[in-house]
Amino acid sequence: MHIEVKNLRKTFGSYVASDNVSFSIEKGKLIGLLGPSGGGKTTILRMLAGLETPDSGDIIIDGQRVNDVPPQRRGIGFVFQSYALFRHMNVYDNIAFGLTVQKAPKARIKERVSELVALTGLSGLEKRYPNQLSGGQRQRVAFARALAPEPRLLLLDEPFAAIDAKVRKELRSWLRSTIERIGITTIFVTHDQEEAVEVADEIMIVNGGRLEQKGSPIDIYKNPLTPFVAGFIGESSLLENPSALKGFEEDFPGAKAIIRPEFVEIGKPGELSTPLAAETGVVRNVFFRGSSWQVETRIGDQTVVGYRSLEKPAVHPGDEVHVLIHRLYLFNDKQSRIVENSMKDDPMPVNI
Amino acid sequence: MAGYVSTATAAPAPRSRASSATSESALVKWTLIAIALAFIVLVLVLPLVTVFIQAFRKGAETYFAALAEKEALSAIRLTLTTAAIAVPLNTLFGVAAAWAIAKFRFKGKQILISLIDLPFAISPVISGLIFVLLFGANGWFGPFFIENGMPIIFALPGVVLATIFVTFPFVARELIPLMQAQGNQEEEAAVSLGANGWRVFWRVTLPNVKWGLLYGIILCNARAMGEFGAVSVVSGHIRGETNTIPLHVEILYNEYQFAASFSVASLLVLLAFVTLIVKGIVEWKHHAATVQTDQQGGH
Repeated sequence: MHIEVKNLRKTFGSYVASDNVSFSIEKGKLIGLLGPSGGGKTTILRMLAGLETPDSGDIIIDGQRVNDVPPQRRGIGFVFQSYALFRHMNVYDNIAFGLTVQKAPKARIKERVSELVALTGLSGLEKRYPNQLSGGQRQRVAFARALAPEPRLLLLDEPFAAIDAKVRKELRSWLRSTIERIGITTIFVTHDQEEAVEVADEIMIVNGGRLEQKGSPIDIYKNPLTPFVAGFIGESSLLENPSALKGFEEDFPGAKAIIRPEFVEIGKPGELSTPLAAETGVVRNVFFRGSSWQVETRIGDQTVVGYRSLEKPAVHPGDEVHVLIHRLYLFNDKQSRIVENSMKDDPMPVNI
Repeated sequence: MAGYVSTATAAPAPRSRASSATSESALVKWTLIAIALAFIVLVLVLPLVTVFIQAFRKGAETYFAALAEKEALSAIRLTLTTAAIAVPLNTLFGVAAAWAIAKFRFKGKQILISLIDLPFAISPVISGLIFVLLFGANGWFGPFFIENGMPIIFALPGVVLATIFVTFPFVARELIPLMQAQGNQEEEAAVSLGANGWRVFWRVTLPNVKWGLLYGIILCNARAMGEFGAVSVVSGHIRGETNTIPLHVEILYNEYQFAASFSVASLLVLLAFVTLIVKGIVEWKHHAATVQTDQQGGH
């Protein structure tokens, strides 16, 4: 199903949960709604499902405006963060609920439920009650229950939040492959970027009720459109005064920069291939990070962090090193842009 | 017996075994148990036993004669009628109020919760008096009803009204904490699966609160049958017409018919026993259900 959302707005008192959010989603896509807690992700999801009424804006599903369609008739499956399984019904009745209220024939219900029980790997647990299931099993029951009435759109609110880390990994790939197999348009909410990157075809980043950016995970990583996205995705830190750094002296008034450690090369004098583009810094701290050293250096009054291979000679606090910054994400309150180190392209400047 | 509400169902005590660090010596333990037992015997058991001893003092024949007496039968009938009207109405009200308070956001919710408790805060005599002031012969609305041939005070409607007023918090008070704790996610899930409001209520909400509801109904019923103060004010003590069981007991007692008085009183004691037994069963069931719900994870 094709979904289009236009200028969706929702406030709770003075809190703006959704601030003129617009987007469209193609049929069959798996979308991750990513953002910090309290940023309005769940509210957007609940408005799509009809559990919350937008103050203004349109929700259009397959060309039809559904703002006034009650949640019962939207044909949307919703998986709640806490699953909200019916505690007095067993697994079978939970999954069958949607079809039962539609008054589907008994045989049809039975067939569909066993199909879903098999799909979700819950065979043999049909007679169990929710409290007799593990977290992962409950999650799969909630998933099967939402799928039973064959919804056009599946919404998952923090589907893995209540599951311990180990099971979460398994469930993620299971969910991904299951949704692919069914081919249902799906939106899931998460605050975990690793989860979003791993599971979603496309990510929508939501912050402070606003949709910051929508795109494929790699696209968002490479070309963040707003300072928030640049800082939120991947590992990053903020530089207050990037124009003081070699290769980034260009005219960009009042700019600050977001820097990622993977764009920083740290070497002992003579190690780097383009020493002229590199700054000289002093090592402040060195941390062992399992597969590499994390080196914290001080350039002037700014701190730049980078990784250094374990294969190379170790650096120690107090050492003078060369710090080559390949790329920065520059922004001020008006504009932002990704800037390459200008000295790097010109390794042999003409000496006058 | 101004209002009480046992919230045992709302917060089931954890069945934990006392650890050695918090347990006291055997002497302290048995002293405490002895004090509690002695107190219960003195204040609860002894009076109750007295009721039966007094009732049977002149033999079983007198006992049953007192119960079969015309006025006693009329009192029993009135009590049952009153309870049969008041309890369902308060159940309906309690469910509606608890539903509104637990599931919706609206202004004045706290005020509504406080108002529901009002009958517990007011002396039953006052509860009766307000109805006399409203519907009595000199009350605001009294003359209207009397002219239209339907007197309220000193008649069945007054007794029922007073009983409803006094027993009105029981069901709501049992359900509100329970429904608030359960939230409305299951209802939302049911709605997103296509269930309409009515079905959501019968298939999801009601099954989740059924033990709490039953518990509230039992307490409400016990109080409706046993209420004395408020009913006494509005009933007018017309023999064979507006006397409920508690009022009949008082009248017999004041006329020095002790055996008859205690015979009728023993009915209320029996009602109390039945209530306690049913309450015990419901609590046990409810507890089992809650413990199951509270269990997390497992396999």
